[in-house]
Amino acid sequence: MSGPTVSRSTRASRVAMIIGFVGLIVLIAAPWWAGRADLRLMGEIYLYLSLACLWNLMAGYAGLVSVGQQAYVGFGGYMLFALSIFGGLNPVVAILLGGVLAAIISVPVAALMFRLKGAYFAIGTWVMAEVFRLSFAQIQPLGGGSGTSLPVAIVKELGAKKAAREATSYWLALGAAVAVLLAVYLLLRSRRGLALTAIRDSEVAASGLGIDIWRTKLEVYVVTSAFTAIIGGLIFLQKLRISPDAAFSVNDWTAFVIFIVVIGGIGTLEGPIIGTLLFFALREVLADFGTIYLMVLGAVAIVVMLKAPKGVWGLIRERFDLELFPLSYRVRTKDD
Amino acid sequence: MIEWSGAIVQGVLLGGLYALFAAGLSLIFGVMRLVNIAHGDLIILAAYLGLSTTVMLGVHPFVALLIVMPVMAGIGYVLQRGVLNRTLGPDILPPLLVTFGLSVIIQNALLETYTADPRKLSGGAIDTASLDLGGITVGVLPLVTFGIAVAVIAGLQFVFYRTALGRGFRAVSDNQDIAQLMGLNKAHVFGVAMALALAVVAIAGVLLGMRTSFDPAIGGGRLIFGFEAVIIGGLGNLWGTLAGGVILGVAQTIGAKIDPGFQILAGHIAFLVVLAVRPNGLFPRVAH
Amino acid sequence: MSDLLTLTSLDAHYGDFQALYGLDLSVSEGEVIAIIGANGAGKTTLMRSISGLLKNRAEAVHYRGQPIGAMRADQVAALGIALVPEGRQLFPSLSVEENLLIGGKTGRKGPWSLGAVYDLFPILQERRTQASTSLSGGQQQMVAIGRALMANPDLILFDEISLGLAPVIIRQIYEALPGIVGQGMTAMIVEQDITKALSVSSRVYCLQEGRVALEGRTDDVTHDQITAAYFGVEA
Repeated sequence: MSGPTVSRSTRASRVAMIIGFVGLIVLIAAPWWAGRADLRLMGEIYLYLSLACLWNLMAGYAGLVSVGQQAYVGFGGYMLFALSIFGGLNPVVAILLGGVLAAIISVPVAALMFRLKGAYFAIGTWVMAEVFRLSFAQIQPLGGGSGTSLPVAIVKELGAKKAAREATSYWLALGAAVAVLLAVYLLLRSRRGLALTAIRDSEVAASGLGIDIWRTKLEVYVVTSAFTAIIGGLIFLQKLRISPDAAFSVNDWTAFVIFIVVIGGIGTLEGPIIGTLLFFALREVLADFGTIYLMVLGAVAIVVMLKAPKGVWGLIRERFDLELFPLSYRVRTKDD
Repeated sequence: MIEWSGAIVQGVLLGGLYALFAAGLSLIFGVMRLVNIAHGDLIILAAYLGLSTTVMLGVHPFVALLIVMPVMAGIGYVLQRGVLNRTLGPDILPPLLVTFGLSVIIQNALLETYTADPRKLSGGAIDTASLDLGGITVGVLPLVTFGIAVAVIAGLQFVFYRTALGRGFRAVSDNQDIAQLMGLNKAHVFGVAMALALAVVAIAGVLLGMRTSFDPAIGGGRLIFGFEAVIIGGLGNLWGTLAGGVILGVAQTIGAKIDPGFQILAGHIAFLVVLAVRPNGLFPRVAH
Repeated sequence: MSDLLTLTSLDAHYGDFQALYGLDLSVSEGEVIAIIGANGAGKTTLMRSISGLLKNRAEAVHYRGQPIGAMRADQVAALGIALVPEGRQLFPSLSVEENLLIGGKTGRKGPWSLGAVYDLFPILQERRTQASTSLSGGQQQMVAIGRALMANPDLILFDEISLGLAPVIIRQIYEALPGIVGQGMTAMIVEQDITKALSVSSRVYCLQEGRVALEGRTDDVTHDQITAAYFGVEA
């Protein structure tokens, strides 16, 4: 009974799990208690949360600072349209298949992009996203540069009535967010996660420990890209309309996501959640100001990066030693 | 045949403009290893400053440069010392994210001030003047742009390798601590480097504004062109950057000749091919 | 003699690691001080603290009565303190002559100029346009010394000047030293080769684990005292 013990979970993390579980049930029931506009907003929040978690995994843990993930958002969106319109697939199947295709495509892309280091990798991924955008703009059956809408017949596969469709769409978004959060959490808890944490702390030391850095980064890039494409498919399932500029927008799918992660706290699991909530709160408050809102967002991100590089969650964690997703091991003595 | 050589000549001249986009990027990366995501938006800011100057003072865009260049240089110095110097260090995230935030701020500030309507700088007769070079018609403005690009790169090369200022740039780039021991204040040296880079950006912005119409959203694209020219040419080599710009420009004009929708894509593909075949660029700087 | 440089209970840290503990030290104008001590005793940290590469309390370092402990290295350099850093640390992108010229960046007036450095080390004039990395270790050390002299400092700090050099080169450099400090310059010499250090200095400080273990006039300290202070054992 004596001596210190090592564990990952803390009282806060156990409480968070219970609250999270109850909260999840409440959210699943949302179509019965929330209005249509709220449902839409919540769906959007889940999808942004997913994008933020994925970008955080890539940049915050694997050190792959990409500003080109809109390539996969757009790709996933276009796959939904192409596979359901021309392949006759059910939209959900099309979205999942889009994820698989994105994983396949991301391998040669990574092989090329990984030749660029640091910040040059970032801009390189942006170029790649532009290549995706310009290429899809060339495909006339998908509407070329002006885009296309999802035919009514396909939309109806999600449900005959509008309310049912919106509920399905909502549940898909919620399910995706939960799946992404769980996947990222489990990945970080696994041996792979330990390798990633080692790489984040020191690449030199990690390679000394026999970790294949290039391969580990590739795995993260491929997994992230696949999930990002699935989220992209869900985003455009909500929108029902796609165009190259909307699908591959650097502002919508990368700038906002980066701000969410930076403000919330990069390199933590909790950061993207807090960041997403703050982002949408700020947006609801400043929505009427348009461009001013974006300038404020940019300025906040700069100030956070300079003054509190670990973000809002970093500040909270420093003050209260909290960890909602238990990742680190803690040594405790028996009277702790 | 003459059509194609025409496209190639146009592409070479366009490459001069891209080299101007790239030169500032290359300079600050060389001195402080900073990649400025807001570089393209600063080019557009310079174009708008040129617009305001020409409108308010009723002067030619070239004359407006006398104001836009020092203003941009001043912005560069203040930006570097006030914000960017704090982001420099072993971690690449802070400079990247801070300049990304800066990019969004500049873009939206321009949108707020000048609206999203496309604008253009009017250079008068030079806008439409052209020369006939052995059957190929060449615009005077692209020719002048290319000449300016060559002069700017030669000038930067001179500053970098023949002056005390350039000596300081290279020393700080080699070893910041030891340079500081020599009495160089790196914060100031970085500020001067950014000022110089943005003076070049001012030239690039005004020439861009005379050549085509611009709006607040197109900065990202200019950053990408500049970046591609730097990588194609090889890091740390200014003449290589000019060559990179020319290759990019030629790829674009040839692409456009095949299909107008193919112009930008062809440039990106040229960049990716170089990246696949020669990851260090075509003319990387040889180590001493 | 008035104190040129005074250190008063100087502590120095690298992150959580403390390298110097309450160091007291003074240097008078015109003196040549030898700083000896084993690896890790804090000699290089001391040089970095004086030259401003390591920030301290302002009051921990006084130079000509002025507190300089918190100044940046470039401000310290402008006051007339130059460092010949351990391992030469020339600028690889600069030619030999450019390395020397950048040493004169502070613009301080005095006897040292490009010509004077070339008179001291004629080989450097022959190699002036070469890349500094193409020189031999000894020639690089000459450039590093010349670069520091170009600042016309009043106090020059040498950090491990003989480390990694051939004995014949070390002798050449030590033969040049009197000509350098003879012009009224004050010097501190960090050296692992104790005999060499004592041969050119008037006073010696021996550091041990970040503290002064021995201090005295070179002529007064005995071999046994130095051994004891150096290794931390009672002799």
